[in-house]
Amino acid sequence: MSRIGPTLARLRDARRTALVPFITAGDPSVEATVPALHALVGGGADLLELGVPFSDPEADGPAIQAASERALANGVTLRQVLELVADFRARDTATPVILMGYLNSILAMGESDFVERAAAAGVDGFIVVNLPPEEAGTLRTAMSARNMDLIFLAAPTTTDERLELIDGVASGFIYHVALKGITGADHIAVSPVAANVARLRRKTRLPVLVGFGIKNGAMARAVAEHADGVVVGAALVSRMGEMAGRAGDIPAMLSGAVGEIRRALDA
Amino acid sequence: MPKSGSNYAQPSGDGHFGQYGGRFVAETLMHALDELQAVYEEAGSDPKFEAEFNHYLANFVGRPTPLYFAERLTETLGGPRIYLKREDLNHTGAHKVNNCIGQALIAKRMGKPRIIAETGAGQHGVATATVAARFGMTCQVYMGVEDIHRQALNVYRMKLLGAEVIPVHSGSKTLKDALNEALRDWVTNVDDTHYIIGSVAGPHPYPALVRDFQSVIGREARAQCLEAEGRLPDTLVACVGGGSNAMGLFYPFIDDPEIRMVGVEAAGLGLATGRHAAPLNDGAVGVLHGNRTYLMQDDDGQILETHSISAGLDYPGVGPEHSLLKDIGRAEYDAVTDDAALDAFRLLNRTEGIMPALESSHAVAWVVQRAAELERGQVVIVNLSGRGDKDIHTVSELDGIEL
Repeated sequence: MSRIGPTLARLRDARRTALVPFITAGDPSVEATVPALHALVGGGADLLELGVPFSDPEADGPAIQAASERALANGVTLRQVLELVADFRARDTATPVILMGYLNSILAMGESDFVERAAAAGVDGFIVVNLPPEEAGTLRTAMSARNMDLIFLAAPTTTDERLELIDGVASGFIYHVALKGITGADHIAVSPVAANVARLRRKTRLPVLVGFGIKNGAMARAVAEHADGVVVGAALVSRMGEMAGRAGDIPAMLSGAVGEIRRALDA
Repeated sequence: MPKSGSNYAQPSGDGHFGQYGGRFVAETLMHALDELQAVYEEAGSDPKFEAEFNHYLANFVGRPTPLYFAERLTETLGGPRIYLKREDLNHTGAHKVNNCIGQALIAKRMGKPRIIAETGAGQHGVATATVAARFGMTCQVYMGVEDIHRQALNVYRMKLLGAEVIPVHSGSKTLKDALNEALRDWVTNVDDTHYIIGSVAGPHPYPALVRDFQSVIGREARAQCLEAEGRLPDTLVACVGGGSNAMGLFYPFIDDPEIRMVGVEAAGLGLATGRHAAPLNDGAVGVLHGNRTYLMQDDDGQILETHSISAGLDYPGVGPEHSLLKDIGRAEYDAVTDDAALDAFRLLNRTEGIMPALESSHAVAWVVQRAAELERGQVVIVNLSGRGDKDIHTVSELDGIEL
């Protein structure tokens, strides 16, 4: 079965906040991705989010757009992303890997083909940014049949009625988008996040992870008071973007950056 | 405003045109789309809304636009009787303003004081800036830097109208990227902002809503044709980028199966070259910008860069209703090249004293190419969706003339 549920349950029992870093597959190079994933785990990541690059990432801010463009310039395809996950699994069979991307990548491969390949590669879930519950039917069923979680988002604008709809189809966890905006947006205010997560918890028993706008250990710590986990993406990806020509230093940078957030969460 | 008793009831309640359309957006926007749909449905059953819409169409836009018998073009081609639906005579110079008036009234009803839009050729941007000025709303328009260069005149018009034009540097720097950026703005400012999508594309309810506002074109054309010819037309022709002028013309004729409907896409340098913007002719089904439709994409689902001489057609997708009409065979979709569109542009200038937009020139070009196959005396309506002043720089550059 998906590693996501058991991992989050174990963390909850240990009163430990899940730390979920995000990087884009194939950025800055295809060869860099698997070492980067291991470095993130070494630094203290509990789950991994791996971005599937897309030409038109309409929900992403400049940092992840740029990462997508770098990855696409390297010719990265969804098929290759799945191969990278399989490579990662050769050394790590425990850490959940969640893909994040846009629906068209899956449709181009074909839903059932994608589900088979993803399951075989060791993928645990997929956050499809532009796939609300209303449109998710067939993909959700197919992923669920192969023990993968289709992860749904909840936003500050999501009504209570919609939270019920989302809870009805969600598995693994619910990804709460901390702000109205795109990935890597401005610093978030903690009190509305707390209120929205509390509202969400009245509708779901699934773990709630919070992302969009969490940039450092202090912010992660503040959000962790209210959430089961935090997702940190754009902050890592933009640092990777600044390391062109020094790709060999990326694993150390990533494990250092994740380690800093880990220590803030555990302090 | 679907017709009662129609055999054609699209979209479904959840916004699908067959397998197309739908609502593929980030969760943050779902409530705004629900709200837009609710306000639109409520407005649709409010006679005061319709009266207000019609008031602005008549007195601000200048409707009805003529259905003009193109006598010299007809003589020159020697086949069908060609009528031009003169959307170029609308205030701001294209059909885009019909939809903008409707959506500005919707925004007013929702109490949203800020308007955003994407634009390619700048016609939708100008129309949006115009209605924002008229209704006292702030307005920001996203435009690819490539298009800003091609359409300097419209950029300046938008600025004069008080709108801010925001250059988009991402991706191919054209219409699709402007749409991405507008979506990013909307997701950030959704509380006080209405996004006026300019075509029959985007997530539900936009494709239906824009079609309904634009179908004034077809309703007028129907009545005008009956008056001029004593019968309905045989063939309707319109250019298709996103496809709003085509949907606006086609929709009121959709229950008349004997009327042929032809959408003309941009074949750019030729369909075989891959350098075109014709997803219905040479694309595959996928999801982009909130809806499922035919797209220009590679095997990995990455959206391809398009090419057309006409900025307004330079888009890799198409409104989902066109995808359905293609599949069920109710409309047919052809494509004409940059060169053919340019020839038609010049021909209409000389034969009728009318300068069409390069977008609309594609529709004219189709008739020029097919005139010999069309039965003599049959009645063809070409949607002249916009005027060509904005394209003078593009054409003069090709002629090697610096203005």
